[in-house]
Amino acid sequence: MQETLFGKLTLSAIPYDNPIVMGAIGGATAMGLLVLGLITYFGKWGYLWKEWFTSVDHKKVGVMYIALAFIMLLRGFADALMMRMQQAIAQGGVHGYLPPDHYDQIFSAHGTIMIIFVAMPFFIGLMNLVVPLQIGARDVAYPFLNSVSFWLTASSAALVMISLGVGDFSHAGWSGYPPLSENQFSPGPGVDYWIWSLQLGGIGTLMTGINFFVTILRMRAPGMTMMKLPVFSWTILVTNVLIMLSFPVLTVALALLTLDRYLGMHFFTNDLGGNQMMFLNLFWIWGHPEVYIVILPAFGMFSEVVSTFSGKRLFGYTSMVYATVAIAVLSFVVWLHHFFTMGAGANVNAFFGIATMVIAVPTGVKVFNWLFTMYKGRVEFTTPVLWTLGFIITFCIGGMTGVLLSVPPADFVLHNSEFLVAHFHNMLIPGALFGYFAGYAFWFPKAFGFRLDEKWGKRAFWLWLVGFYLAFMPLYALGFMGMPRRLVHYDNPAWQPYLLVAAAGTLVILAAIVCQAVQLVVSIRNRESLRDVTGDPWNGRTLEWAVASPPPFYNFAHIPKIETLDAFTDMKERGVAYEAPAAYQDIHMPKNTAVGVVLGGVAFVFGFSMIWHIWWLALGATVGAIGALVLRSADDSVDYILPAQEVARLERERRQLLAAHEQSGASADSHLAHQG
Amino acid sequence: MATIAQSQATLDHHDGHDPIGNATFGFWLYLMTDCILFASIFATYAVLGHNYAGGPSGHEIFDLQYVFAETMFLLFSSTTNGIAMLAMYRNARSQVANWLMVTALLGLGFIVMEVNEFVHLIQEGNGPDRSGFLSAFFTLVGTHGAHVSLGLLWMVVMIFQVLGKGLTQPVRSRLMRLSLFWHFLDLIWIGVFTVVYLMGVL
Repeated sequence: MQETLFGKLTLSAIPYDNPIVMGAIGGATAMGLLVLGLITYFGKWGYLWKEWFTSVDHKKVGVMYIALAFIMLLRGFADALMMRMQQAIAQGGVHGYLPPDHYDQIFSAHGTIMIIFVAMPFFIGLMNLVVPLQIGARDVAYPFLNSVSFWLTASSAALVMISLGVGDFSHAGWSGYPPLSENQFSPGPGVDYWIWSLQLGGIGTLMTGINFFVTILRMRAPGMTMMKLPVFSWTILVTNVLIMLSFPVLTVALALLTLDRYLGMHFFTNDLGGNQMMFLNLFWIWGHPEVYIVILPAFGMFSEVVSTFSGKRLFGYTSMVYATVAIAVLSFVVWLHHFFTMGAGANVNAFFGIATMVIAVPTGVKVFNWLFTMYKGRVEFTTPVLWTLGFIITFCIGGMTGVLLSVPPADFVLHNSEFLVAHFHNMLIPGALFGYFAGYAFWFPKAFGFRLDEKWGKRAFWLWLVGFYLAFMPLYALGFMGMPRRLVHYDNPAWQPYLLVAAAGTLVILAAIVCQAVQLVVSIRNRESLRDVTGDPWNGRTLEWAVASPPPFYNFAHIPKIETLDAFTDMKERGVAYEAPAAYQDIHMPKNTAVGVVLGGVAFVFGFSMIWHIWWLALGATVGAIGALVLRSADDSVDYILPAQEVARLERERRQLLAAHEQSGASADSHLAHQG
Repeated sequence: MATIAQSQATLDHHDGHDPIGNATFGFWLYLMTDCILFASIFATYAVLGHNYAGGPSGHEIFDLQYVFAETMFLLFSSTTNGIAMLAMYRNARSQVANWLMVTALLGLGFIVMEVNEFVHLIQEGNGPDRSGFLSAFFTLVGTHGAHVSLGLLWMVVMIFQVLGKGLTQPVRSRLMRLSLFWHFLDLIWIGVFTVVYLMGVL
């Protein structure tokens, strides 16, 4: 009876006996309760529900994605801190404070969280916020689907978080290789948490990919031909192609592993005709493009930042577009370099090795384009520019170690070593995270109407940069010294000094993250002095800066006609940037809906009950999801008309604000110049 | 076709955007991602298809005549779906509903035959846990079957919508997408029939 009701779930699934885990749960629960308490105290539940959770406004969905990314960054970074502390001490007779079983879960969770629940929601959030504005659209192609995508991602993140306190997480690494991830070696719920959180989040990401691909292809402002599309939107377009082509393969890889684990099939088992390498192939056919899915948007952000703060048109726009497309194509023919040691033979390895090296060419094109954009420009050293410069230098080092690893014989030596750990962190931290931080500082005023504090932003940047070098350069050396990755304990005293430096680097990064938190608090406190009334705090070049900050929910009262690349700069030069149209028109808007939240909740229940084999509940959740969709499809009044008079009224208010600002212009301008 | 063009033109008015065109294009993109999903399972079948692990091969367990009959159910359901769509263009509401019902019945026949085949295999001890080959077989054929089943559910919902709401713009848009879905599953089945059954028996 108990098994029917609760599946494999018993009270013993809560790790009472593990003080470290219980401490983490206690901390996370306390923080969660504090937030919930504050919301209740200030009576904000209705506001949050009406204005945010049920919103289908792409700007609000974007902000929620970014908030999710920051919360998960804290969790993923806490994991990193714990691993570095363990490796700093666990040498020889000292075994550290983490048992192997727990340590394995921490590195698995760290990788999964950082890729799937930090990098992905961070860029998807910025893409939501910016892309429709940048292409002069009033909305995304499917606003409701957008809300569903977000809530699927949020509920998968919740699954990862709950694995902390109910059962355990996977110990098989973020890539979950079988046969270790099969029932035979991982009978507990850990791998199932990993599977279902990736699977449900992946479905949300796939829908987002389709959504933004259609948005960019079909909803650009009139006159904006593909070669007048701002470069950030170009990288997003290509990223979404990668998402559409690669995420279904992840779905299959995970589904086949699920069938092995739940129905005793033999896709990747050791016996009865399974083939583990099939999993590796499928996983990396998704996994390698995934690297570019998180990096290409950052390239786009760097491009916007460099061009805006150099006060120049981006150098080599056309080559930038072609380089982006070339990287996307190449990303699909290099997956085998993740397992050169499989034994595919010299010719196969040579092909994939050379294809990998070739990626350095279009990437190099981009680096030179950024440098030439800055050359003879009047570069303003704002926080976004600092992130960009830190990225260019650091990323080049990571790229060169990547070319080293792409040589199969060298890879045989360095495979699975700390060198690899150093390499991919050296690509993803500057290549993805620094880009998102640049984008965050760059577009924050667009979302909220005030800028972020520069002083704390610069502190955060320098600490991140120094911390990064301290934390990861020693790992290259350790790789050459033969240290494998993922060690919970080692006996070689020569490694320890390097690991101590790496641990110190992690503490510096901790200080950087604290600075970022302080920056947010300080900026909110000083928001009046950081206020941007114009909607264009950086002398921006693209359309998102043409509207107010925060933008009205309909984005554009009047859709501009695009004549050239850097459309807003062009409009400012022609003096038509703030011109009022002769007449306003009715605007068609989507209504808010709770169905996205409901589907996210149902997905969470479904995932949780599948993980714990509570079949009746999984069935109930499936019926609930189908029911919600059928009811939604029966509802034909999902949008409304915003009358032209109302648009005119809102636009008039904005104009009065702008005019008032112009009059007090002198003082405000000098203030702006100081901040810039 | 003239009717579609007209009805789309009436919806093209706001913002220069075209919601039905967007919906159809987006759904077509979803189908392409589904195509990649199937391609990955086909690839897995190609790799594992001969890993019998002492169990039966396709030659021993496939009944080509049975599968051919099954195939006919699905192919004819596509034809009747096409007839339903033609009725939609003529605004013949009850005919649309009737032909969708015929389509759903034929689709149901396909699913019943497939389930029957699966049950027999499992009863004979040749279930998906028997060998790598059978895991891949059940998963490839079963994934297609699951798609058809969801399509059937969708079709039932659409029959109710056609009868309840009439051939409104949103209903037409959904019928268009359902039709794309149904034909797409036909195409996938041609691949399954060829790669799994024909090549398995040869």
